[in-house]
Amino acid sequence: MTAQTDVAAQMAIELRGIDKRFGAVHANKHIDLQVEKGTIHGIVGENGAGKSTLMSIIYGFYEADEGDILIDGKVTRITDSKIAIASGIGMVHQHFMLIQNMTALENVVLGAERGFLINESMDHARAELVRLAKEYGLDVPLDVPVERLSVGLQQRIEILKALYRGARILILDEPTGVLTPQETEHLFKVLDSLKEQGTTVMLITHKLQEIMAATDNVSVMRRGEMVAHVKTRETSREQLAELMVGRKVLLRVEKGEPNPAEKLLEVEGLTWTASDGVVKLDNVNLNVRAGEIVGIAGVSGNGQSELLDVLSGIKNVQSGTIRLNGHEINQGHQLNPSQVRDIKVGHIPEDRHKMGLINSFNADEAFILGFHRKPEYNGKIFTKRQAINRDCAEKMDKWDVRPQDPNLKTANFSGGNQQKLVIAREMEQDPDVLLVGQPTRGVDIGAIEAIHNRIIQMRDKGKAVLLVSVELEEIMSLADRILVMFDGKIVGEVPASKANEQILGLMMANIVPDEVKALQQEASA
Amino acid sequence: MEAFNSLILILDATLRVATPLIFAALAGMFSERTGIVNIALEGKILASAFAGAAAAYVTNSPWMGLLAGVMVSVVFAWMHAFATVTHNGDHVVSGMAINILAAGLTAALGNFWFKQGGNTPNLVDPFNDIDARFSPITLPFADQLADVPVIGGLYSELISGHFLLVYIALAAVPVCWWVMFRTRFGLRMRAVGENPSAVDTAGISVAGMRYLSLTICGVLAGLAGVYLSVAVTAQFLPNMSAGKGYMALAALIFGKWRPRGALLACLMFGILQAIADRSQGVSLGGFAIPVQAIEALPYVLTVVLLAGFIGKAIPPKAIGRPYVKERE
Repeated sequence: MTAQTDVAAQMAIELRGIDKRFGAVHANKHIDLQVEKGTIHGIVGENGAGKSTLMSIIYGFYEADEGDILIDGKVTRITDSKIAIASGIGMVHQHFMLIQNMTALENVVLGAERGFLINESMDHARAELVRLAKEYGLDVPLDVPVERLSVGLQQRIEILKALYRGARILILDEPTGVLTPQETEHLFKVLDSLKEQGTTVMLITHKLQEIMAATDNVSVMRRGEMVAHVKTRETSREQLAELMVGRKVLLRVEKGEPNPAEKLLEVEGLTWTASDGVVKLDNVNLNVRAGEIVGIAGVSGNGQSELLDVLSGIKNVQSGTIRLNGHEINQGHQLNPSQVRDIKVGHIPEDRHKMGLINSFNADEAFILGFHRKPEYNGKIFTKRQAINRDCAEKMDKWDVRPQDPNLKTANFSGGNQQKLVIAREMEQDPDVLLVGQPTRGVDIGAIEAIHNRIIQMRDKGKAVLLVSVELEEIMSLADRILVMFDGKIVGEVPASKANEQILGLMMANIVPDEVKALQQEASA
Repeated sequence: MEAFNSLILILDATLRVATPLIFAALAGMFSERTGIVNIALEGKILASAFAGAAAAYVTNSPWMGLLAGVMVSVVFAWMHAFATVTHNGDHVVSGMAINILAAGLTAALGNFWFKQGGNTPNLVDPFNDIDARFSPITLPFADQLADVPVIGGLYSELISGHFLLVYIALAAVPVCWWVMFRTRFGLRMRAVGENPSAVDTAGISVAGMRYLSLTICGVLAGLAGVYLSVAVTAQFLPNMSAGKGYMALAALIFGKWRPRGALLACLMFGILQAIADRSQGVSLGGFAIPVQAIEALPYVLTVVLLAGFIGKAIPPKAIGRPYVKERE
């Protein structure tokens, strides 16, 4: 009995049989978990494995249907966030919970005020934040509206918020998705110094290399179940990937040498300014040859979306020229998205929910979006429902979209299968130029493998592929040449063979390392 | 001197006309800053004007009228909260429903109770010993100073001699500013309208904040309604709010959801109205300007200004969106 109590007391958090359903979805199935005090504990799992639900239960956002949460060995009923905060739990959400037009100071004070008037709270918080900043390397400007700060700084504010409330257990939900590699490194340093001071950290992520780099222990979730608890130093990325997916996964993409031929896409001096006057694309020059994949890396929001929008005809060209598969597009001669499709250009948009699909449509209806005028889908007056349905079923089979039901609502497919549906739709038209945005965002590892292979196949068939992704690993494993964007400009170009995270990370922060400069001089000479 | 006197008279009228707008704009601010679109201001003003006049007449006390008016307005605010906060209803639909309900209910109840075609009886009726109207307040020394040049005009005419509610409206502006920017409640209120999830994760009840803010909104809108019927007109007339709720909403947007900005916008509407009232029968180059054209002026200006002359007004980010805890 004593021994058991001792074990319990060493645990910052213990979950016993946590179970949660949302209607028909069984999000968490009888989860047991022990998180040791003063460690960094990773939770991995694919999207939809139930990680976020579990964390939301610990933070009091939802209540579990069954099971107990023990904090410091004591059963605690966490019915809302207030109780979680009072129990010493702090959470850094994936989508920051900040009031954008308020300052860091106001954001920290919100909900932790010391009295009816806020002046005194502000003074107290300021002193405390200065102390925390010094102790953990968490410096942020305190009096600037949060919206003017970089995401890295905003994340620090989130951590400070939790620490200011006295968090002893810090949960971070996918904290590195929006950070440059250098920012990520700094974050891990902060987490280490927190650990040294006795704080327990739970790191939720789907990025295996970060788990390997930062954690002491790992728990793996798959389809709502906790499938393994391992010590980080006793495992490997491959083993974790296998545990996550439930079968062996190839993490490296197999591809041969590219055979670049003629330039199918050329962009010269492209500049695009948003209606609020912000220059989103600033004199962009690039080209993509047939038979190669050109990757655009960069922290999201640095003009990549606008580049894809202009190239695909969604946004008009304001200045500069685009030569796309033999057609010149400029200010006087614009093509709309359907005309761009007509010149054999495919576009897999960055956000399948906003641009790629209509969630309330059936799969077969979503499958003809953009191609709905094609003669094979249309009779004299009515659309040919059966032809569309049959065609979709056929393609679903070919592209392994599951469940293979053209009449199912798009929203009811998993992220990976929705993405496969979009990719099938675009690639089946056999485009010469393929614009690809974030092809594997929110897609499970198994599907990532399939999607990557399809993109390589397109390249090997002699298509020109422009790939925009914020996942550095993806860019490095797929692209033949890598361009990095920062603040609407192309910072520089690196051949994939010479690229590594260090170099790309610096370039994503607008610093061009000497070796890249040397490469570029070589190329121009 | 003639010009000075007319200016004083116009400014004097401005205050009178602007008072209900100020109350209503502040009411709207409390609502919209927490993310609740409030086109129901109009209905609240109308309902409280009716309740105020009816209660004042029956009890023969303006204060009971004030109480009743404010209470009815708060109940209407809670109906709006029940629809939009508790049941995540559409804010505009709920607001419209409340406006229609108020317009119909006041006329119907008025006719049923008082049999005067929807009007309430006059609140000042010496024959029946009824005197339930708020009287203007004469400030100290106003009478003595009345004949002193300039000061007399400024003090005795412009500053003194208004209804109590006018002074309350003017005082409410800095008070609301202080509440919004210097108190815990204000900080939370502004946060709810921007990012309710953040407020929720900070351990604060979003619904609680919204109910509380809408209650304050109800009180202020109630004062606007009571002012119209119990102070200015001394009687309720069907549809006497005449779009003031919408004007106040426009003033709130002009004022970029800030108390001082809203005050200035209300005063601008007030002055336009005052000028319009004084300009009736004016002719321009031998051509008599129709009264209707002058009366329409403030409204036309509202449309024109709203359409693009005020620069970018950034509304609270979460406005009009129901707050539902999202699933991953």
